[in-house]
This record gives sequence, structure tokens and C-alpha cells, in this order.
Amino acid sequence: VKMKSLPTLGASVESYGTLGTLVVLLAVNAILTPHFVSWSNLWNVGRQVTTTIWVAMGMTFVIATRGIDLSVGSIMALSSVVLSMLLPAGILAALGGALAVGTMVGFVNGFLVTRLGILPIIVTLATAISLRGVAQILVEGSPIVAFENSTLDFIGNGRLGVVPFQVGLTAIAFLAARVGLRRTVFGRHVLAVGGNAEAARLAGVSVAWVVGCVYAISGSLAAIAGIIETARLSATDAGRIGQDIELDAIAATVIGGTPLGGGRAVLGGTILGCFVLGLVTSGMNMLLVPYAWTMVLKALIVLAAASSQARRERHQ
Amino acid sequence: MTEPRDETSRAWGAQGLARRLLRFLVHHGSATLLVLVVAVATMRFGTFLTARNIGNVLRQNSMLGFVALGATFVILSGGVDLSVGSLVALSGMIAAQLSSHGSIAAIAGAIAATTAIGFLNGAAIVHARIQPFIATLATMIAGRGISLAWANEQSIPSERTATALEWLGRGAWGPLPAPVLLLVAAYGVGVIVLAFTPFGRHVYAIGDNAEAASLLGLPVKRIERTVYAISGALAGVGGVVLTGRLGVAQPVAGRGWELDAIAAVLLGGTLLGGGQGGATSTLVGVVLLGVLFNVLNLEGSISSWWQVVIRGALLLAIVIGQNRLAAVMRRADR
Repeated sequence: VKMKSLPTLGASVESYGTLGTLVVLLAVNAILTPHFVSWSNLWNVGRQVTTTIWVAMGMTFVIATRGIDLSVGSIMALSSVVLSMLLPAGILAALGGALAVGTMVGFVNGFLVTRLGILPIIVTLATAISLRGVAQILVEGSPIVAFENSTLDFIGNGRLGVVPFQVGLTAIAFLAARVGLRRTVFGRHVLAVGGNAEAARLAGVSVAWVVGCVYAISGSLAAIAGIIETARLSATDAGRIGQDIELDAIAATVIGGTPLGGGRAVLGGTILGCFVLGLVTSGMNMLLVPYAWTMVLKALIVLAAASSQARRERHQ
Repeated sequence: MTEPRDETSRAWGAQGLARRLLRFLVHHGSATLLVLVVAVATMRFGTFLTARNIGNVLRQNSMLGFVALGATFVILSGGVDLSVGSLVALSGMIAAQLSSHGSIAAIAGAIAATTAIGFLNGAAIVHARIQPFIATLATMIAGRGISLAWANEQSIPSERTATALEWLGRGAWGPLPAPVLLLVAAYGVGVIVLAFTPFGRHVYAIGDNAEAASLLGLPVKRIERTVYAISGALAGVGGVVLTGRLGVAQPVAGRGWELDAIAAVLLGGTLLGGGQGGATSTLVGVVLLGVLFNVLNLEGSISSWWQVVIRGALLLAIVIGQNRLAAVMRRADR
């Protein structure tokens, strides 16, 4: 298993490439828009990318095991709907229920992938379609359900000192995920399974368990993203919440330098990737370019990142 | 493909019979299911087996049929094309935009554009070595973006003077709907190409084992590029027919069709990962999907969101079923 034997140089070059892009984007934004470099605006960008970051961290774990999770957007919607439905029973029940639903769906995804040996793209595609429908059925097709709750309001809009609560929470989650990946046996197993599942199995790693957990992690992180998004909107919108977020999460992971072939996870790169995408979106927004063109630009960024990744792999 | 050990197993009575039954299910399971569904629906609903209803079902599903034929080529070669839904929309927009210059310009322009984009997909996969899934995902996003940006997220009406374009969607030749005729012709060509041309054989060979195909000296890169170009072209045809049918091109058209196309291909019995299956199976898959949802509609009372849930669950059930059957087959062959 080539985990630690590879020099980390390649990883740092990738991260610095992404970091460089980020600096350029910041500079371009700062020049083009007058009030871009203000704390309030930077925090705003931070808040906008938090949901993507949660989802993308889960995606990084999944991609590190050579998988893919297309169901994250629908999980966000479903957890948002469950949150709003359980709210009358108390905020703890609502938060717990939303989180449990996401984790459970993720675990089912993992089960289907490992136990039945079905391709991750097909499994999560099917759950993505079905769960969006389930979310819509639960709200009975009513487009938006609004509500008021002080705890949710704090999650969505509160601050700890100057730091928005959700930004602080996201930072803590990132550190926890990083430690989990680098310093725990489970983290090692995730990378081992992605590097060579057969070798990992022979070495005594329970591949099915590890992969199942990874999809469960992706599901629960998506559920948290759904909770944060719901808290920010003070409403649930079964059709819109989490729509197309899987694309952003995959894009951020690829841009961040995590290889699609598995075996390595560059969590820090994924975070940078999220900020690159966020800055592109907000920059285009401030320049009054229609979002449709932003989609085209994002696609080009993904292609560029994927092809440079492929080129590097060939040279290794 | 070849069927090893069949000769020896035939002699062994009940066991051989079970084996043959299994093999029949794997190869003709979807056709059997189609016959069953049609039989049940005919008994349940007097309106089901009428020329009008069947014509409508076929007409409604013809657009997806073109896309699924393209997906068959891609999946047989071991790839996947997620961009087809966006290409349906883009093709429709181009056709509507060009319709003032006449039908031929509209149809040819739209299909040429999506063929070129499909070719670019193939080039990105073959030359830049980007995984098919990521390359076509990027094209899916970009294609949708361009369709939306084209007319500021508005629909474009197609020109009434483009009568041939309209005929493709709404016309008929005698009792036969025009898009269905076109679909049958397309599948005819598809069957011939896949079964009787060197190119078709090569598509199977690459899907079966790209490494071996390459060592045999097959032009793997060219074939893969062509496969994605075919998928793009057929998505273009689907978009043209859709615009002709609706008389207007919508930038959100074809959303989720990439999944429906994959579902139809798998439902027909083509294996994900390539090497086995074909155009006829896909046609069965498309019709089966169409009939199933027609029956759901005739049942009434099932909301569109339930249909979405069923669609996803069905896709999963198909793949699980296929997977189990294949596993049982392997065990039986041992």
C-alpha cells in the first residue's frame, strides 16, 4: 500500500497550485469590486461556502475510497424537511432526526455499494432521484415551509464574537476530519481501501465496514449542511435545497488535488477548492454575469483540474 | 457473446433446465417482463391496448429512445455519458434558433453541434485521460449553462415555417407517428452497426477488455471518440424531435434524461461496464419504462413525486436484480 511512501511534495505542489488560483481570484475580485476586501464581505463569502465545505469534506472521504456520492444534495433536502417536520417536538429531536436520516441513507448507500457490489455512481444516482421525491412528498409539494426558532436562527445567523457560528463550527469539523484521517486507524484504513482494496482486505481491513462508514460520514455531513442551509433560510425548500451541490463538491475535491483513483485525500485542498468555486461564483455575481455563464466557467475549471491531475498521474 | 459449457450441461436433466431458464432470464428477462406488463395492463384497462394509447406512449418515449441508443454504445464500450440531458436541451435551443432559416438548417445545425460536443467529450476522455464520468459531468454543467444563458433562461419558440422540424415531432406517416418511424430506423441502423460491422465488434471488445483490445491492435482511441460522438449525435436527434413536438425549445429540457437513458439501457439487459447487451435490448428497455409509467398514469392517483421515487427505486432494483442473476449464473456455471 503506497500511502506514506509517496513524497508529500506532489501534494504540496497541488495545494499550492490551488492556493495560487485562490490568491489570483482574491486579487481579481478585490480590483474589480470596490468593497470586496471588507471583513463583512469576506465573512459573507465564508458563510456562502460553508455548506459546500461540509458536503465536500464527505465527498473527499468517499473519493479517497474510489467512490462517488451523488446523493448528497437530496440528503440535504431530506434532512431539511425532516428538521422542519420534527421542530414541533423540540429542537433536539429535530436536529437529531435530521442527522440520523442523513447518516442512515449514507449507510444504506455504503451497504449497497459493498455488500451487493453495485457501482457507487449508480447506487447514489438512484438514491439521489428517489430521496428528492421523498422530500417533496413529505412536504406534500408545497414549495417553501417557513418557521421561526431561536436555536436555528443562531446556527444560521448567530456569531461567536466576530466569527459567524457556522464558520467556527465548520473550522472545528475540518480539524476533526483532518485528525480522523491522519491520526486514526480508521483514517489509515480509508486510504488503504482506496489505494488497493484487495491488498487492504488481505491485510485484515474490513473493507465493507470502512466503505459503509465512509458513505455514512458523507450522509451525515450532508445532513449537517442541510441543517445549516435550513437555519440560514429559516425555511425548508424540498426542491431547491442542495440542488446540484454534488457537482460543486466533486469539483472542489478534484480542484483540491484528491485523485479520483482513490488512495489519497487532500482535505485542505478540498477546502481551498470550495473557496475557489465560491469566489468564482461571487465574483461573477458582482460583475452581474448571469449564473448560467458561471456554470460554464466552473465546468472549465473542473476539466482543467482533472486533466492536470491525469497528466501528473501519468508522469509518476 | 459465447456461451461456454452449454453443450455439456444440456444433457443433465433438471439441473440443465434450471440453468437454461436462468440464462433465458438473463437474456430475455426484460422482454418477458414487458409481455407480462402489457398483458396485465390490457386486462386491467380497456383503454390501454388501443392504437391511440400505444401510439402516444411510443411517441412520448421516442426522444428518450434516441438518447438511450447513444447510451447503449457508450455503456457497451465501458464508459458513461452524463452530458446527454444537457445536449438534448442545447440541441433544441439551436434547432429553434435556426428554425427561421428552414428545417434543414435547424436539424443539421443542432445535430452537428451536439455531435461535435460528443466528439470533444471523447477527446477529453481519450487524450487528456479524464475519467468519462468527470469529463461528461463537466460537459453536462457547461451545456446546461449555455442552454440557460442562450436566451436569458427563456424558451425559444420554433418558427412555424419549419414544417419538417414540426413533422419530426408531431407528424405521422399513415397511422405511424413520425418520431416512432425515425426511432425504429435508428435502432435498425444501431443493430446492424453493433452486430455486423467491425466497428460494432470493436465496441464490444473494448468494453469487454480495453487492454486486450489495444494489444490486439484495435484503434481503441478512435473507437472511443466515435462512441461519444454517436451519443452526442443521438442526444441531438432527441432534442430536435422534442423541439419539433413542443414547438418551443426549453433550456431546462432533458434534465435527468441521462439517468433515464442509463436505466433503460440496464433495464434492457445491457451490463454496466460493457461487453454484453445491444440495441434491441435497449429498445425493449425504453418501451418497458414507457409502458410502466403509462400504466402508473392510468392507475391515476399517483403523484408525479411518487413517480420520481419509483423511477429511482426501479433503477436500483434493476441493477440489484441484474447483479444477483449474474452471480447466480456464475455459480451455476462453476
